Amino acid sequence: MPMDGGIGASTKRREDVRFLTGAGNYTDDINVNGQAYVAFLRSDVAHGKIKSVDTSDAAGMPGVIRIFTGADFEGIGGLPCGWQVTDRHGEPMQEPAHPVLAQGKVRHVGDPIAAVVAETLEQAKDAAEAIEVDLEELPAVVDMKAALVDGAVKVHDDLTSNLCYDWGFVEENRDAVDQAIKSAAHVTTLELRNQRLVANPMEPRVAIGDFNRATGESTLYTTSQNPHVIRLLMGAFVLGIPEHKLRVVAPDVGGGFGSKIFHYAEEAFCTFAAKAINRPVKWTASRSEAFLSDAQGRDHVTKIELALDADNNFTAIRTETYANMGAYLSTFAPSVPTWLHGTLMAGNYKTPVIYVNVKAVFTNTVPVDAYRGAGRPEATFQLERVIDKAARELGVDPIALRRQNFVTEFPYATPVAVEYDTGDYNGTMDALERMIDRDGFAARRAASEAKGKLRGLGINCYIEACGIAPSQLVGQLGARAGLYESATVRVNATGGIVVMTGSHSHGQGHETTFPQVIAEMIGIDASMVEIEHGDTQNTPMGMGTYGSRSIAVGGSAMVRAAEKIIAKAKKIAAHLMEAAEADVELKDGQFSVAGTDKSVAWGDVCLAAYVPHNYPLEEIEPGLEETAFYDPSNFTYPAGAYSCEVEVDPETGKVEICSFAAADDFGNIINPMIVDGQVHGGIGQGIGQALLENCVYDDQGQLLSASFMDYAMPRADDVPFYEVDHSSRTPCTHNPLGVKGCGEAGAIGSPPSVVNAVIDALQSGGHDVDHIDMPVSPSRVWAAMNNA
Amino acid sequence: MYAFDFERPSTVADAVAALSAEDAQALSGGQTLIPTLKQRLASPSKLVSLGGIAELQGITSDGDAVTIGAGTTHAAVAADGSIPALSALAGNIGDPAVRNRGTIGGSLANNDPAACYPSAALGLGATIVTNAREIVADDFFQGLFTTALDEGEIITAVRFPKPQAANYQKFEQPASRFALVGVFVAKGADGVRVAVTGASEDGVFRWSEAEAALGSNFSAGALDGMAPPADGMISDLHGSAAYRANLVGVMTRRAVAAAG
Ligand SMILES: Cc1cc2nc3c(=O)[nH]c(=O)nc-3n(C[C@H](O)[C@H](O)[C@H](O)COP(=O)(O)OP(=O)(O)OC[C@H]3O[C@@H](n4cnc5c(N)ncnc54)[C@H](O)[C@@H]3O)c2cc1C
Repeated sequence: MPMDGGIGASTKRREDVRFLTGAGNYTDDINVNGQAYVAFLRSDVAHGKIKSVDTSDAAGMPGVIRIFTGADFEGIGGLPCGWQVTDRHGEPMQEPAHPVLAQGKVRHVGDPIAAVVAETLEQAKDAAEAIEVDLEELPAVVDMKAALVDGAVKVHDDLTSNLCYDWGFVEENRDAVDQAIKSAAHVTTLELRNQRLVANPMEPRVAIGDFNRATGESTLYTTSQNPHVIRLLMGAFVLGIPEHKLRVVAPDVGGGFGSKIFHYAEEAFCTFAAKAINRPVKWTASRSEAFLSDAQGRDHVTKIELALDADNNFTAIRTETYANMGAYLSTFAPSVPTWLHGTLMAGNYKTPVIYVNVKAVFTNTVPVDAYRGAGRPEATFQLERVIDKAARELGVDPIALRRQNFVTEFPYATPVAVEYDTGDYNGTMDALERMIDRDGFAARRAASEAKGKLRGLGINCYIEACGIAPSQLVGQLGARAGLYESATVRVNATGGIVVMTGSHSHGQGHETTFPQVIAEMIGIDASMVEIEHGDTQNTPMGMGTYGSRSIAVGGSAMVRAAEKIIAKAKKIAAHLMEAAEADVELKDGQFSVAGTDKSVAWGDVCLAAYVPHNYPLEEIEPGLEETAFYDPSNFTYPAGAYSCEVEVDPETGKVEICSFAAADDFGNIINPMIVDGQVHGGIGQGIGQALLENCVYDDQGQLLSASFMDYAMPRADDVPFYEVDHSSRTPCTHNPLGVKGCGEAGAIGSPPSVVNAVIDALQSGGHDVDHIDMPVSPSRVWAAMNNA
Repeated sequence: MYAFDFERPSTVADAVAALSAEDAQALSGGQTLIPTLKQRLASPSKLVSLGGIAELQGITSDGDAVTIGAGTTHAAVAADGSIPALSALAGNIGDPAVRNRGTIGGSLANNDPAACYPSAALGLGATIVTNAREIVADDFFQGLFTTALDEGEIITAVRFPKPQAANYQKFEQPASRFALVGVFVAKGADGVRVAVTGASEDGVFRWSEAEAALGSNFSAGALDGMAPPADGMISDLHGSAAYRANLVGVMTRRAVAAAG
């Protein structure tokens, strides 16, 4: 039995009370006295030369305070890219400038050309419409392969081509892989697209810049997953504000899914403009603006080949991927198709040699960057689809083929540079098989057929690397930032605790789970612990939340700080009990001396630390506050097995999900209910990708799916009740909690099983269809069935 | 949104007078018009709300016909049940907020090519009643977002003959959940009518081949393998013209089977 409110308890999310009763404090809820409003004039063409921007009429319109254009940002830094990839030939990637407001050229629909600051938002919009832009439209580069043809129009004139980098991984394996494929008994090949997605958090982005003339300090309130990162990037690289003069606050944030990691132009603009006009400046994105300015996700075109020997053992994998960067490099864009994708190509399987080639391409589209799973869903999808196709071609059971090739001994060094510390892939597959009644499938299929429907069962496995992660490793891989995490544990005089963490909660439930860990360690009630996050002024420098890293890295930092607290508290307790420190034990919030009836309560020790009348002042300082920075030695490797059962209506092509089961190994679990919820949400997004979501540009670079009228988000009735199982647990070997991270698994693990199930259904109906690109929409399924 | 004047008359006559101002526009449930204004895609000088006009409200069923005031909400039609197929259609428009604000008059006047109501009006052979005249459905719909209404003319009511059997089948566009294809089939005193929304580049239309086939044999089997030509069907990111043509056949057969 877990302790009430301790590790392993399904404590209800305390933050939900304020979120559900309208008491949250989101960035748009913040209004700073005297604030003005900004409206951005955005490009309505994908590619064009700016010949002139005439603001003279607009400047005289009612309420207009000042109009900014690219010229105002000349000599000011552009938006930096936080990751440098080195290509196959040892050369650095091509890295274009990314001005805050467009200079000389616009490069995607939505690229900001000018910004009007006015007394009201409507006045700002009116004036923005009155700005006259003389734009010479240029042909748009949209298709990645066409972008790389010799003589193609260039997105950035000062680069040699539209190729950002041509990455080979592991380059030394290239020949060995070619050889293994040549000599294989069987090779299965699949070409596919992992379509572009729009993150669409419920809360659009907001930025408020504020400048304090008295202190010379700037404050940015922003919808961010990592306020310290924004402070560093914007302060050091864009605006040149030293960190002690810059505060970044990310209060309640209504979802991010990756899209709120990055440093955006609007943040830099509002901070800059507030100082320039000496008034707070506020921007709130409309949903339409979000579609055109939030970094988008995925967008890979891939060919994968899987080689097998005569006994169906995997012998090699070769992939070639085109990865769309969009028009500029968003903050972490280069890392997604490389280090977050290539390193995962081994999956759960012991394939001896692997070669991954990725060509990253500039196009006249919105920049692409990390979106829930980031690179790992793309890796998982191609691998698990090609394995399914191989099983069909070879006439073997898809589960048996996977089990035969599973990695079973740990630690396991993959041929793609990572080392899995622990796992039990048969264990999660067993857990999955217990949930799905595979034996009953034939009868369920027959029942569907009696109704005129086709039924399919799809399976897949996944592994991911998260808890992102070791600073020295990512430094070697090109990261321009550290990836440790920090926490300060402040114990108050009466025993209550505030944890100030560099992690940031935007839906994950840290305010509930982090206190559970502290409560367990000290043996006090979780209600005595409060979490503070999201304000650079009162949290230690941390790297924020993404890559399923909060509990694994941020939680570990908190544990380390709490360990320091406990060690110091034991010293105080030993003094109070006149005992040897080594004999002091802490249990249920009481310090006691082994083998005696001496004890002193947690609260008394805390009070002594702040009222040090009877206190070992010669040995230790008063007070009880400790900070820790934790830098892990490896990623964590959650893994699992998922299954999906679908019914396809052959007349309309509509796919209905009948059941979905997920067996994950997350190592130790702090709050099972929250973990279930994270998996549910992730699967919802995965099903959204598999069946519904599609970000589409036409060949002029216009976004066709620019609103919810055309961009299909999953809704409650699109998804089934999920069955999830987290009983298979191999604790992480290198962090103090033995946790692995669960935030992205659902989105990484779910799309292949949906598509595998649809293909299985169509094959059962005698349709020779071996792949349909996502989203597997009714029209695409119908077209595939009818060769239309 | 651009600035506009606002009037809220309490009679049709006052509304018509108010609408005579240049660039004035009627506002009913606002479920189409308000989003358009918010996106700055329309700039009426004046909005004339029809929400305060009592004579535009309510549903009356007498004898062979059901008359629905133009200001009646989708939710009210859904709850009514005088023509079950019509109520079912209304009950599946949008979401609760849309159904409790949006009105039948607004939907017909707007004549969105993917809207549901136009197929019911055409399929049931309704008569659209305005402040000036009566227009039969066959004359009312004139292509995408285009109707027989004159400038400033207001729909006041819609009169539906009660069918012997009717059904509406909607295949939802995955994102908007408007009709990717919707088919309203009705069997009445004057024969069978099949009206199709969502599919054609010319807006709602009657599928006359299906009507003829069903006229002699009102069963799904009578339409076996039938679909209208793909020519002239909408092709977009949600489905090709051929796919939509197929769906028209499928949805019509399902509507006939469900109508019984
Ligand atoms: C999220 C969402 C989902 C939707 N889903 C569907 C759906 O699935 N199926 C569907 O059919 N519709 C759908 N709709 C549209 C909805 O039915 C609208 O309510 C309807 O199209 C317009 O009705 P309204 O009363 O809101 O009209 P308004 O928006 O007020 O007006 C629409 C137009 O009609 C004019 N007008 C209004 N009343 C009259 C009148 N009496 N005489 C003359 N002109 C008039 C106005 O001037 C305006 O041009 C959806 C809307 C939304 C927002």
